[in-house]
Amino acid sequence: MTQAFTLTVNGQAARVTTHPDTSLLSVLRNELSLPGSRFGCGLGQCGACIVRVDGTVVPSCTTPMWSADGTSVVTVEGLADGDRLHPVQQALLDEQAAQCGFCISGIAVRAAALLESSPHPDEITVAQALEGNLCRCGVQRRIVRAVVKAGRTS
Amino acid sequence: MTLVAGHPGPAAVPKSLVANPVLSNWVTVADDGIVAVRVGKVDLGQGILTALGQLAAEELDVGLEHIRMLPAHTDKGPDEGLTAGSMSVAESGSALRLVCANVRALFLHEAARRWQVDVAGLTTDNSYIKTSDGTRYTTYAELAGTVSLDVDVSADVATKSGDDMRVVGTSAARLDLPDKIAGRPRFISDMRLPGQLFGRVVRPPSPGSRLRDVDDSVIGQGEVRLVRDGSFLGVLGGDEAEVERAAKKLRAACSWDESPGLLPSENDLVTFLKRGPHETIPVIEESAVVDGGAGAPEGKRLRAQYSRPFLAHASIAPSCGAARWESDGRLSVWSHSQGIHRLRDAIAQALDLDVTKVSVEHVENAGCYGHNAADDAAFDAVLLARAAPTHPVQVQWSRWDELTWSPLGSAMVADADATVDDAGRILSWTYDVWSQGHTARPGYSGVPGLLAGAHLERASRYPPATDPPLPAGGGTTRNAVPIYDVGHRRITGHRQLSSPIRSSALRSLGSFLNVFAIESFMDELAAAAGRDPLEYRLAHLRDDRAREVLETAATAAGWGGDAHHDVGHGIGFARYKSKGAYCAVVAEIEAEHDIQVRKLTIAVDVGRVVNPCGVRNQIEGGATQATSWTLKERVRFDNTRITSGDWESYPILRFSEVPDIHVELVGRPDLPSVGAGEAAQGPTAAAIANAVTHAIGVRVRDMPLTRSAVVAAIESENP
Ligand code: FES
Ligand code: FES
Repeated sequence: MTQAFTLTVNGQAARVTTHPDTSLLSVLRNELSLPGSRFGCGLGQCGACIVRVDGTVVPSCTTPMWSADGTSVVTVEGLADGDRLHPVQQALLDEQAAQCGFCISGIAVRAAALLESSPHPDEITVAQALEGNLCRCGVQRRIVRAVVKAGRTS
Repeated sequence: MTLVAGHPGPAAVPKSLVANPVLSNWVTVADDGIVAVRVGKVDLGQGILTALGQLAAEELDVGLEHIRMLPAHTDKGPDEGLTAGSMSVAESGSALRLVCANVRALFLHEAARRWQVDVAGLTTDNSYIKTSDGTRYTTYAELAGTVSLDVDVSADVATKSGDDMRVVGTSAARLDLPDKIAGRPRFISDMRLPGQLFGRVVRPPSPGSRLRDVDDSVIGQGEVRLVRDGSFLGVLGGDEAEVERAAKKLRAACSWDESPGLLPSENDLVTFLKRGPHETIPVIEESAVVDGGAGAPEGKRLRAQYSRPFLAHASIAPSCGAARWESDGRLSVWSHSQGIHRLRDAIAQALDLDVTKVSVEHVENAGCYGHNAADDAAFDAVLLARAAPTHPVQVQWSRWDELTWSPLGSAMVADADATVDDAGRILSWTYDVWSQGHTARPGYSGVPGLLAGAHLERASRYPPATDPPLPAGGGTTRNAVPIYDVGHRRITGHRQLSSPIRSSALRSLGSFLNVFAIESFMDELAAAAGRDPLEYRLAHLRDDRAREVLETAATAAGWGGDAHHDVGHGIGFARYKSKGAYCAVVAEIEAEHDIQVRKLTIAVDVGRVVNPCGVRNQIEGGATQATSWTLKERVRFDNTRITSGDWESYPILRFSEVPDIHVELVGRPDLPSVGAGEAAQGPTAAAIANAVTHAIGVRVRDMPLTRSAVVAAIESENP
């Protein structure tokens, strides 16, 4: 019972044939060779798989393909401008704001979205925005510092 | 030459080199000047490969950008046992330094031979090998083809002294982070090999379950295949989403015989833990034991009991493994195990294979913080891959699998008992701690110890956890000996010999509860004597490094002053494993509603610091995780099933709850490096509990320090 879907991913048109219940996360990772969105829970609870769908920040693990048809998706791979990292990514790197780095894709996508709506956030704003992203290594303070810095410099 | 481990004097050979003396096992130099380094330790997100890369670059005198750290592999590179216990810098680091100093010496000799000059007149500088007057020079790249590294290491080659170090001691950026921050494939779940299939295991709902029946018609006639062996049930196929759906349907189509009543009451773990049989672990027994306590009967006596619940490793990535049975009967495995050689041996033992036919390569996953399900997932992949020879099969665990079937950190309870004189000086100290064992790593008890083995038709026993030996730091009794002068001591561990709940190593093992207990008790003793907790500790403490670390943290935190508006300060301190890093934590907390940790000020002494940014990152991360354990975490279960299988039922600290953290490094460039990864766990917990007492006058002795635990403590103090 597969079905064809078309969507735009990181600015490129994509066409995939899959079951309508297949998650967007699975399609990104398996059909489109974009493994940057990570599988952490599949329950919409950890944020490791966060992407933007038509601008909205969503967990791709709980986004079925039937709801993503015709949308425009941006993943962590779409944040950089060619070789130039997104300011959030650059700041994360500058602050060495990761340990295992498994959580960082979803955090980068969410933080980049935050800077669009709130270009110069303070620490409390950043922490609140990232409330739905879990980091088990305990790098949260560095991440918050990095995002604040990215806001200051961009 | 013969290599002897632990031989005293300058010619002692690091432990890792005794078993792996050949240089080329560790280091190869290519003709483009790239130095490939393969160590036996693995990166778990702690940045160890960057720190080890720095040590290699230092001894070779090449830039860090010329170093490539290769993944650990059982067929290539050294066997360095487990990556655990904060031992990697000490073990692998000292070995790698000596290896690289040897490599450098061989290159210098080759240059000297070519130029017909005395080697003493040659030096290295940023990948160049040159005469000291700079008139002749060559490079590692140019000589690579003629220098053979297939020789044994010599202990007589000198490594650099601290003063000459240029790369070590700098905050070199982590080698792996550019990939991770850009979202490039890097983790084991990102592996996509030719012909790869995807697998899922349908786990039993509870410990002690047997699969009675499964209606396999639900997965239909598609390309998804089913594997059943006893109570081990799995599916595999080429389309991951399809496999996932099939596993879900199958789960609903299984009927299991569960074992109601197998699990203890989650609300009375003390009774459960103290019920035997136990192995008694006598750590220290000094003379004049009276009245069930140590030491002389005079003086005032104080007693208290402390506990922690079962804790989950709760890696942010569920475990994952991959395996391929080759056409010639060999088996290739990919795993994020902390001990790939032991995993290889355990797999061979479990399936009765020739161990030389099994190879395991390490692939990164998210941080694991101890023995999680990495090895189990690899074994799942091995079992499912039997159904599809020559195809790599990747098995991904679910969040529920990870939180309910990974080994847990054991619940623990400790009774502390002391006598003090009129001024509060401690005269005697009796301490008993009860726990399940803290290691059940593959092969540890002589049996494979891989989860799926216990579910097969010909089930192998899943062994109860044991403890590492005391010289390796122990498990239940890790850090059970206080660093303070406490007079007569009797310190005893009681390890439960069997349990229905699977436990194994979780970051810092028993140290987390033991330090929490000792450091809480020190505050209680200080309070009973009307003395300041810091002054009280210093009055019982002779070790100069310990004193400096405590004083550094206290000064940085502005120690002293009264609590006001439900805000309090507390201090906690330990030397990890009594021989590792010193760490003191001052916590500032607010206890208006739930306990909120506002700030942690931490001082740490890890000897020579290889990478200051890396050490800070480890300490900050450890303290944050310990804050999470202390305030929030508790594995839940009813009497049949573990019920905390997702992030709602097993909450961890969120962004807005994470404290500000300030780390002071007490530098000791002259002293050997020790690991930083576990040092902050116990001190952080104790500092928080002591700050709660400072803020609201209540002593909370049972973790987690939730609102209801505080209320329970208030009620027990005012019955
Ligand atoms: S994997 Fe999607 S929220 Fe956790
Ligand atoms: S860096 Fe490991 S989970 Fe965030």
